[in-house]
Amino acid sequence: MESNKNFIVGIFEDEDVLLHAVEHTREKGLKIHEVYSPFPVHGLDEALGYKRSRLPIAAFLFGMTGTSLALLMQIWMLGYDWPMIIGGKNHASLPPFIPVTFEMTVLLAAFGMVGTFFIASDMKPYKWPRQFDLRSTDDKHVVAVDLAANKMSKEEISALLKSQGASEVNEKNF
Amino acid sequence: MIADEKYIFKPQTKQKLIILIVVGLLLFAIGVFMAQNGGHHEAAEKHASTEIAKELLASTEPAQHDVAHTPAEGHHGSPIWLKRIYTSLWQNNIFFAGIGIIGLFFIAIQYAAQAGWSAPIKRIPLAIGHWIPVAGVLTVILWFLVKGDIFHWTDASLYTKGSEHYDKILVGKRAYFFGPFNEGSFPIFYLVRMVLFFGLWFMFFNWIKKQMLAEDINGGTSYWLASRKLSAYFLVIFAVSSSVAAWDWVMSIDPHWFSTMFGWYVFASWWVTGLATITLIVANLKGAGYLKVVTQNHIHDLGKFVFAFSIFWTYIWFCQFMLIYYANLPEETVYFIQRMRNAPYSWIFYLNIFLNFVLPFLLLMTRDAKRQVSMLKVVCPIVIVGHWFDFYNMITPGAMKMEGGIGLLEIGLGLVFAGAFLFVILQALSKLQLVAKNHPFMQESLNHHI
Repeated sequence: MESNKNFIVGIFEDEDVLLHAVEHTREKGLKIHEVYSPFPVHGLDEALGYKRSRLPIAAFLFGMTGTSLALLMQIWMLGYDWPMIIGGKNHASLPPFIPVTFEMTVLLAAFGMVGTFFIASDMKPYKWPRQFDLRSTDDKHVVAVDLAANKMSKEEISALLKSQGASEVNEKNF
Repeated sequence: MIADEKYIFKPQTKQKLIILIVVGLLLFAIGVFMAQNGGHHEAAEKHASTEIAKELLASTEPAQHDVAHTPAEGHHGSPIWLKRIYTSLWQNNIFFAGIGIIGLFFIAIQYAAQAGWSAPIKRIPLAIGHWIPVAGVLTVILWFLVKGDIFHWTDASLYTKGSEHYDKILVGKRAYFFGPFNEGSFPIFYLVRMVLFFGLWFMFFNWIKKQMLAEDINGGTSYWLASRKLSAYFLVIFAVSSSVAAWDWVMSIDPHWFSTMFGWYVFASWWVTGLATITLIVANLKGAGYLKVVTQNHIHDLGKFVFAFSIFWTYIWFCQFMLIYYANLPEETVYFIQRMRNAPYSWIFYLNIFLNFVLPFLLLMTRDAKRQVSMLKVVCPIVIVGHWFDFYNMITPGAMKMEGGIGLLEIGLGLVFAGAFLFVILQALSKLQLVAKNHPFMQESLNHHI
């Protein structure tokens, strides 16, 4: 379904050049699809104008789910379904429930976050990521520009990327 | 790279602190007056709960001396109002001594972990460390003042065979306090430890401070490396001494009771209070226009520290409570029963968790909250006051049994200590360069970004 997409791919050698190139081309109205780099480049998120992830909110909600499920489970099991006297304590006494509640909170928050992340970033079985340039896993920074999302022509985008220090500019079709 | 910046301890600030101390003294005086005149009505009201507690205590103590000390059967030692003063003095002293030593501990951790982000704020914990010598002198003097009323184990009659106070358990623990001396005489081992700990802390404080200040003048990495070495030695010493200090100065108030978590518990309480104090001072200095190199990213890191160690404290609190609750051994549960079931202490017991866990946990949870100076200025005082109550909860019920109270007397003394503490550390801060000039990690810290 994602076939016949045309991309212009700019290759950068240096992360400082890349960072400034991203800032300047975005100022000139270029819409960048994604940047791939072999290591994290500090400040790139801001240069690309990414908003902060909302994953922490999901984590909080999953965590709260874990807390309530754990408490409900224990109170129901030990308080109603099969009351047992342990160490002379009340059937449903809070302190011994805390460790299990804590673990369930962590477990659901972690699993929930991983799941949310996979769904949000569209990662699923038999879906292979696009490789714009294999060298992005080695020593090159790769800027991918979706032609359809931009009003500029191929030539204009190539010239713009070159003028900002791209060592080469390629075309890539999927 | 770094402009010369100095904190100016303005006369107005001094005046404010002196007013704080005077107000504290006034409240204290009113509190003492009220305690002298009104104490006995309360004692009568507490009679019922005292009876229950007495039974519990009696069932747990092989010897009867603790029962003999409950108010219904007459006082031992000083009158209640004087005992309240002693207890409050000791509580404030240990609380603020802890904040002082955490100043040095914070610096040592930064060096040992080779942390870069904290380079511009290290002078604030250094200033806080100036309270260590004051605390050392106060602790030794106060100990002699309060020992008879707070440290039950100093009573010589506990160790005399045939005496009605004879206490087999404390006889077993005598070597820990009295060393080679006769039990019930001079607690040489205990006092040697007290002097040794403060001496060591003060020496390491001076050595590290010397390196930090010499770096300002000469630059280079040799001072940083020397500081790191000193810090590593100090951390090992502090790991042991902070634990033993907690047993000596706080846990021995309940001499029969013991908890293996206690050293950690006191440390966690000191540590998070110290972090909140550092954060609060940085936030206020920033608000007053100082510390221009400190950005939101440094504030964020401090906020994370306060948030994380509030949770750490709760974790330690729960570990101690949970095991004692579940094992249900009378000799251990007596500690919590005293604090949870009795009128003046029970609300403080629950308030403690509310102020030190629930509020910081919820208020500092989001990233934005940790990055806002205004939010930290709300949460840090909560944490500091909360841990003041935490130390009240550790010390007063053990020392005062059922006679303890909380009122103007305790609040007044707290304000006096707070005023004196701030006076000493701000005075020290005004004599330092506010930001290290040649710190090898300064550039890293200026570019710190999270």
